[in-house]
Amino acid sequence: MSSRIEILNAGGYRSDGRRQYELRTIAIDFSPQGSNPDGSATISHGLTQVSVSVYGPREAKMRSQTFHDRANINIELSIAPFSAGERRRRGKGDKRILELTQTLKSTFEPVIQTSLYPRAQIDIYVQVLQQDGGLLQACINATTLALVNAGIPMLDLVCAVTGGVHSTSALLDLTQLEENDLPNVTIAVMPRSGKIALVSMETRLHVDRFEEIFRLAGEAGTVIHSEMKRAVKEKTAKLVDAMQLGKGSAAPNAENDY
Amino acid sequence: MVEITIRKRPQTEAVITQRKFFKKTARGKVIKVLRERYLRDDVGCGIEGCRECPATSEELLPLNGDQNHQLYPNGHFILPDTNVFLAQMDLIESSLFNPPIILLQTVLEEVRHRSLPLYNRLKALTKADDKRIWVFYNEYRIRKATEWYNNHISLTRPPVRGKPPPNLPTVVLLTEDAANRQKADQSGIAAISVRKYVEGMVESTKLLDLLSATGSDEIEPTKAAGGRQVLYPEYLPSAALIAGVKAGELHQGHFNANPYNYLEGTVPVPAFEKPILLIGRENMNRAVQGDVVVVEVFDEKEWKAPADEVVDQETTLKNDDAEDSGEEGDENGEEVIAKESRVLRQESSTQKPPSERQPTGRIVGVIKRNWRAYVCHIDSTSLTSTLSTSLSTQTVFATPVSRLLPRIRLRTRQAPALLNQKILVTIDRWDTTSRYPEGHFVRALGRVESKEAEQESLLLEFEVPYRPFGKAILDCLPPEGDQWVVPPKHHDPHNIWRDREDLREVIVCSIDPPGCQDIDDALHAKQLLNGNIEAGVHIADVSHFVHPDNPMDSEAASRGTTVYLVDKRIDMLPSLLGTNLCSLRPYVERLAFSVIWELTPNADIVNVRFTKSVIKSNAAFTYEEAQIRKDDPNLQDDITNSIRLLNSLAINLKGQRMAAGALNLASPEVKIHMDSAESSDPIDVEQKELRETNSLVEEFMLLANVSVAKKIEEGFPQTAVLRRHLPPPKTNFEKLQDILKTTKGLTLDVSSSGALANSLDKCIDPNEPSFNTLVRIMATRCMLSAEYFCSGSVGRDTFRHYGLASEIYTHFTSPIRRYADVLVHRQLSAAIGFTPLHASLHSKSHVERVMNVINRRHRMAQMAGRASVEFYVGLALKGRTETRGVVREEAFVIRTFRNGVGVFVSKLGIEGLVTFKKDTHKFDAEKYTITIPNPGGGEKQISVFDKVMVQIEVEKDKNTQRGKVKMALIEPVESASTATFVIFRKEAHNNHGQWAHCRKVPVQAPPQIQANFDRDRERYTEPFQIPVPEHVQPRIPVDHTSPTGQMNPSASHPPPFQWGFHGFEQQRVQWEQDRDRLMSKAQETMSDMSEATLESLSGTIDTLRTKLAEHRAQREKQQRQLEQELEDKKRNPPRWV
Repeated sequence: MSSRIEILNAGGYRSDGRRQYELRTIAIDFSPQGSNPDGSATISHGLTQVSVSVYGPREAKMRSQTFHDRANINIELSIAPFSAGERRRRGKGDKRILELTQTLKSTFEPVIQTSLYPRAQIDIYVQVLQQDGGLLQACINATTLALVNAGIPMLDLVCAVTGGVHSTSALLDLTQLEENDLPNVTIAVMPRSGKIALVSMETRLHVDRFEEIFRLAGEAGTVIHSEMKRAVKEKTAKLVDAMQLGKGSAAPNAENDY
Repeated sequence: MVEITIRKRPQTEAVITQRKFFKKTARGKVIKVLRERYLRDDVGCGIEGCRECPATSEELLPLNGDQNHQLYPNGHFILPDTNVFLAQMDLIESSLFNPPIILLQTVLEEVRHRSLPLYNRLKALTKADDKRIWVFYNEYRIRKATEWYNNHISLTRPPVRGKPPPNLPTVVLLTEDAANRQKADQSGIAAISVRKYVEGMVESTKLLDLLSATGSDEIEPTKAAGGRQVLYPEYLPSAALIAGVKAGELHQGHFNANPYNYLEGTVPVPAFEKPILLIGRENMNRAVQGDVVVVEVFDEKEWKAPADEVVDQETTLKNDDAEDSGEEGDENGEEVIAKESRVLRQESSTQKPPSERQPTGRIVGVIKRNWRAYVCHIDSTSLTSTLSTSLSTQTVFATPVSRLLPRIRLRTRQAPALLNQKILVTIDRWDTTSRYPEGHFVRALGRVESKEAEQESLLLEFEVPYRPFGKAILDCLPPEGDQWVVPPKHHDPHNIWRDREDLREVIVCSIDPPGCQDIDDALHAKQLLNGNIEAGVHIADVSHFVHPDNPMDSEAASRGTTVYLVDKRIDMLPSLLGTNLCSLRPYVERLAFSVIWELTPNADIVNVRFTKSVIKSNAAFTYEEAQIRKDDPNLQDDITNSIRLLNSLAINLKGQRMAAGALNLASPEVKIHMDSAESSDPIDVEQKELRETNSLVEEFMLLANVSVAKKIEEGFPQTAVLRRHLPPPKTNFEKLQDILKTTKGLTLDVSSSGALANSLDKCIDPNEPSFNTLVRIMATRCMLSAEYFCSGSVGRDTFRHYGLASEIYTHFTSPIRRYADVLVHRQLSAAIGFTPLHASLHSKSHVERVMNVINRRHRMAQMAGRASVEFYVGLALKGRTETRGVVREEAFVIRTFRNGVGVFVSKLGIEGLVTFKKDTHKFDAEKYTITIPNPGGGEKQISVFDKVMVQIEVEKDKNTQRGKVKMALIEPVESASTATFVIFRKEAHNNHGQWAHCRKVPVQAPPQIQANFDRDRERYTEPFQIPVPEHVQPRIPVDHTSPTGQMNPSASHPPPFQWGFHGFEQQRVQWEQDRDRLMSKAQETMSDMSEATLESLSGTIDTLRTKLAEHRAQREKQQRQLEQELEDKKRNPPRWV
């Protein structure tokens, strides 16, 4: 029945009530996931939720994997079987997972300042919890935030967004439903430098439409960027508050002590 | 610069901001679907001048609503629920119904979910100018929306102090659900039923008619997706079918669909005089045109007459859904079934005279499916998304070009790209739970109405093999190619001159239509000294070039006939033979097979002889040239005199034939004028004319055929290839006789062909000269079609050719374009002792098989040619309407239905149907009349044979792409709005026996004289009808590329024929059949294997071989060793110590 739903109806609304250029709700959470990570983040774009934990930079477990001049980035991605509507277990060797992993790696390798940590290793564990379109976009955004949280120096924040074309109108941040039906492209930008970190396209898209989408996705990237920055600042402010709280509470005690 | 924002969705209110549901896949898996829903407060209410809602540029609803309704003087808006749209779409579409409508998004989605076609209609309405519809994107429940609107209106228009409170318009919930209304009333919302609402409207009387009766008070039927509904009964097991047929309880036959009524079909069976009628979907039980089915006949009480209403699949099932129908729940199903049963009920309620009753029955099994690839169009309304960017799989309907076939459902990802294309679709299966057969897309043929696509689709539709000739076939041509000439008599290495008569000195000429390239006959006549006349017919000696049982022969056998389309010819034989070596061109020596008579001046045969010969034609005339020459008294040369001689004989021959009772029937044949040779765009159509010389050629061809038939029947009484035309059963004429009697007071004597001819001559209406032609056309449709047969397989008393009134008949005169003639040539040459007869022509079963194939091909070729003409007539009509506006033509009523009339436009040779939408006419089945009220007052009665004036316009049906001709009846009653007119393509002819000749069309004819069937050699009127499609014959497997003949060269040259060894002969034939079968099987498997498989296979074989060799060598070595040891032992026996 999915084909019975209009992607973009005559009133300009999408199937979930958004308009063309409206992104889904973004929720960012920095609470630690897994066993004591150096940094972690969970981002949800609507109903797509990805959680990332970052370990490192730390000493490589295997010497063979180290580089003498930079850090090695190791990314592992897993998709929870319950993440999509249909239960499906994907093994480690699944082609889709390998491809996603490789895409993430090549996106982040030039962004992370690896040369600062020779012979070190940075482990990034990506866990897909819920899927509703824009998987790659969520993975990239979550990884960026987790890296930020771990305090790993990066040239810029990488912000990704998907765009698609319905007839002649461009849509941003596609849901699964839209992704299945529309030609789409995922673009990751570094808004501060205006550089493009990734363009990934798995469907055919008319060349005349590409430029428009590309530009739009770039702009959407900056919107996401500001949202990320806000979240990071909020988190930092909280940390700072907590620290000051500690200082504030510690100082009187100290005074009392002395 | 667009504004990109992030919409926030509060996580806490997940109940309304998320939708969660479970769905079951086709395989029975349950999937959880979770979707978001972003609530927004910026959705406009659409009322003009609302101060809270954002202004939009779109057309808005008036501020105060509609104030013309009696019940709501303060003005109102209506807010209909889903069922209103589902049931009352006609009302809402009416131009009189124009209150401002608030259309809720949820309602719209629900309509879309229930029925796409209805949704498309609704969508078109929202964009229409004369409608005031605002789509409100709600995500509330329906009663709530009304409430919201009412609140919204009162909130945004607070009473201004000092003025009386404004009259606020109300929003009225329009619903058919009584319970819903009750609830609405409880919460203080105005709710009303459609009928009540309409009654209060200004133009209520006109609108009340449009109200449909369904869904008056029932609760919304939202059923849970239960198991699939079984729509058709299961078939019986095949053993039971065979046993039933053997026992005579069940009957086997071919299924014929009715093109006028998709709910009716017939199965002719030998047990009953009239075909068994199948009424309704269930009784037709998934049979498709041409299937071999087994029928159970009902009790005689239930026998019925066929319906006289036109039931069009498209209009009845217009709102059917491709995805739903017959699947999951299928809410539409009930509606469709109800609709159909209503139609059927209507039928049964009309009383018919018992004489028209036919046995009825139901199909209990299918012996053999006749499914093939069908040419179809994608039905655009069944598409969920027509955007070319859409990538999703869609379930769509494909409407076959042929009206005999049901719509086919298929799933495709490229549906938007296939719109407006002709595509090829095959049926895969038809389940009992599905209303439509399922198929898959094979390939696209091209754009609709492009000539190439149309042409190819015609050829495919009629199963005409149109591939170019393969190498194996071309290798059978003489190696000299077009340099081939008849060798000089004194130097004849190939023995061509053996037993051939030298007729090069005889003055021979050919008469053909203009532009003819494949001249296969020539004539001569000369005065003999004894006062008699020698006349000769010389036919191209095709059997000299086409030897039995080689690839060219088997290809020709499977093609059966050359197919002539308006602008293309699909040859039976390679064109080197057809248009060059076998064509009896002037001034060139050519091999011929001659029939030479000695005739008295009264055209009585004194004697006849048959001989192979060499001729040299002296002239090639067109009919027109020959006619002019004959009529010119100044010309006294030999050729002209011989034409005159022939002509006088022909007149006598015709007289004799007519006296014997030959029929002269008419056919609606037209001529298409082309704009120019290059563009081949038809610009006009007119009826063709016939000359005396046409008749001349025709008579001599008939004479030759009859003489040859006698000769070969004498020589080979068991296997002679003959042609017969069975007398039509008397019952076929009953209806026509009755019509003639009631409308014109004329009688038709059908006791014999002669009597029929006489009484046809008397069918004259002094006021209407073409009346006679019309009667002839209709009489022709009552007849059976002529057929080829093998003389040993039917009784001697059925040899007669009814139309020609000849005791025996065959086809001899066109071997270039008909395979039967090639066989006749072979038999004749054996009968005169020229060559021995090939073994295959001694086998009755073989000849029968070939006859079946060519009979079918022949019919298909005729239908393809006719369909091609119709396509061009359609184009020409279109051209004419474009250049000259509307076309008005005279037409004759040939049939009356309960809700329409069938008309025949003689000038254009097309037949069509006018259906009346409104139920204002009266139909009298007994008198064959229909009475239509005249808009200007009074009534007008139309009966069969009445002349009416029709206005014809060409229009393309948007959904099916079928060329549709829209017509308005102008005289006697103007009823422009109520009539539609459809070109029934060949299907119309299928069922009612259309009439065609053996025809021949020159390819690439010059402008103005185009493509027509000017050359009807044997123009004797062989009616052709499709009683039973013979689909059961095995097609002779022909593979162009695989060298069938070369694989077993000894087999392709059979041993010389031996008399007397009948047993051996039979065995050999059987052996040959087996070999053919095995070979084709082997080739099939071979071709199935891909190259890679073959390679790996051959690789394996090689390794195996080497291994084997090694093994053998080793074994030999061992043996040798053993022998050596034994010898050694022998030499020095062991000494025992």
